[in-house]
Amino acid sequence: MARILVIAEHDGGCLNPSTAKCVACALDIPNPEIHVAVFAAAGGDIATAAAKLHGVRSVIQIDNAANERPLASVLAPQVAALADGFTHVLGPSTTFGKDLMPRVAALLGVNQLSDIMSVEGEREFKRPIYAGNAIVTVEAPADVPVVATVRAASYKAVDEDNSAPVEPRSVSAELPTHTRYISTQAGSSDRPDLQTAAKVVSGGRALGSSDNFELIFKLADAMGAAVGASRAAVDAGYVPNELQVGQTGKIIAPELYLAIGISGAIQHLTGIKDAGTIVAINKDSEAPIFEVADVGLVGDLFNVVPELTEALKS
Amino acid sequence: MNKILVGLKRVVDYNVRVRVRSDGSGVETDGVKMSINPFDEIALEEALRIRERGEASEVIVVSVGPTDAQQQLRTGLAMGADRAILVETKEATDPLTTARILLELVNRESPDLVIVGKQAIDQDHNQTGQMLAAIWGRPQASFASQVRFDGTKATVTREIDVGLETIEIDLPAVITADLRLNEPRYVKLPDIMKAKKKPLDILPIGDLGVTVAPALRARSFEPPAQRQKGIMVQDVGGLIGALKDKGLL
Ligand SMILES: Cc1cc2nc3c(=O)[nH]c(=O)nc-3n(C[C@H](O)[C@H](O)[C@H](O)COP(=O)(O)OP(=O)(O)OC[C@H]3O[C@@H](n4cnc5c(N)ncnc54)[C@H](O)[C@@H]3O)c2cc1C
Ligand SMILES: Nc1ncnc2c1ncn2[C@@H]1O[C@H](COP(=O)(O)O)[C@@H](O)[C@H]1O
Repeated sequence: MARILVIAEHDGGCLNPSTAKCVACALDIPNPEIHVAVFAAAGGDIATAAAKLHGVRSVIQIDNAANERPLASVLAPQVAALADGFTHVLGPSTTFGKDLMPRVAALLGVNQLSDIMSVEGEREFKRPIYAGNAIVTVEAPADVPVVATVRAASYKAVDEDNSAPVEPRSVSAELPTHTRYISTQAGSSDRPDLQTAAKVVSGGRALGSSDNFELIFKLADAMGAAVGASRAAVDAGYVPNELQVGQTGKIIAPELYLAIGISGAIQHLTGIKDAGTIVAINKDSEAPIFEVADVGLVGDLFNVVPELTEALKS
Repeated sequence: MNKILVGLKRVVDYNVRVRVRSDGSGVETDGVKMSINPFDEIALEEALRIRERGEASEVIVVSVGPTDAQQQLRTGLAMGADRAILVETKEATDPLTTARILLELVNRESPDLVIVGKQAIDQDHNQTGQMLAAIWGRPQASFASQVRFDGTKATVTREIDVGLETIEIDLPAVITADLRLNEPRYVKLPDIMKAKKKPLDILPIGDLGVTVAPALRARSFEPPAQRQKGIMVQDVGGLIGALKDKGLL
């Protein structure tokens, strides 16, 4: 039997959808017994939400004022202490999981397996390397826990049809004070969330300014879509960093992805490999984005995008 | 601050389109252009700027890798690092073993700061910095996009999924560099000449007395699923029609 500990991601109030995707991955491991751990200052509501996830056996709620913010150096010793008796410890491949899980793995004396995209056996997994240009099947060593992150874009969230028991627990671990939270600057937006949206409209360097990027926002609003961007657009300051799609930004899998004025560099394409339909609008018919686009339109975005926005509104 | 240690990994250049060997035994790296991992150039640039502001006295670049990794260390010296250490190994090391090697060097050099890249673009692990911080028992500030120092403390802004997070850490600490931390300088020819005279120590991996961590074994490699080339439409009407056909509008 595989005893699997999934580390829940949350913002102090709500469970992040990445957790339901980790549970989906855990369910693919043969003979799973899945427990979700919620580390928070007061994690009651989050634990209740986690208990609804399909396939979860129990939720372990670890309340501690030190867990108010997800600081890896504070959480890792607690996760490592809790991991005793588990064969697998899984976290999401989000910035939360990528920060925390290697620290956990190192405390447990094992390497971490990054970005599980499929489960091939109890200790065998597929993961992308070289910006997704190759897929490797790796086997984790026997007799030590598998510590891994789960590539969210590879999994569908499990249903919420469960009511697993919630078990409050305290773990004894020495918590450092050398790392202190100061602040978060989050983009506030009424638009759908980039990581979970069914439709995403992204703009690239071709937009030329943050004022012009309004064209992308207007089109996204007409479609009920989330907004994304290439690295070039983020670096140029047209939009904030959290909108970046790609190898070093967000890896997403919407049903529909519109790439507008984006050339299609491999680092960008890594982020959209699992999209259902890719639409490209670019004035250069030779742009590499057309090699992967399901629907391509050669044209000047400054003409095409306003026309498309108007057509969709009416 | 006294010393800063920077990790430089030799990797396939980011412009190379990597291919899986037809027998699935690995990726083709013969005759392929090799470079410093792009995030590590950013890590080094940040260390150099800290030293140039007078906030540190020495920048040491470190690589764990083959004999040829001397090329990347020389480039690091040409960018401005003061000296270099190659921990020489024929077999590539995995992140925890690399972190243990870096810790051994940390114990020998006692730096106040270690800066590494957030991820090496060959294996895309994104682990080494966090692991070093863990086994060193020190703070980590991963995915840094801005760093400021104040005596024995640093304030670091990190790129996270919802935006930016700022934390304060005590030194010594590990910082992992994200893309927007800075733009690395170009190396000039006279600097390449000067770099030839800078010290580059080579330590055989066996001399460090580091225990190799239980390794993940790569069983096979395959190319990713290819997307089919789709259709081209002539105008906005055609685009809307195509999306309606697919049930997306
Ligand atoms: C280590 C590393 C990691 C990276 N990670 C990422 C990542 O996560 N995400 C990412 O996106 N990039 C990433 N990059 C950068 C990537 O290599 C490209 O530089 C970047 O994606 C280019 O952005 P772009 O397509 O917007 O700009 P460009 O490549 O400049 O393309 C602009 C496109 O717009 C078209 N265009 C111009 N004017 C118009 C017009 N009026 N109408 C229509 N089309 C027009 C042009 O034909 C061109 O194809 C990374 C790079 C490195 C080295
Ligand atoms: N073999 C190595 N030699 C030097 N630095 C390394 C090595 N491997 C990893 N690093 C550093 O650790 C960072 C993260 O690597 P990784 O965990 O492999 O993605 C890299 O950007 C480097 O700065």
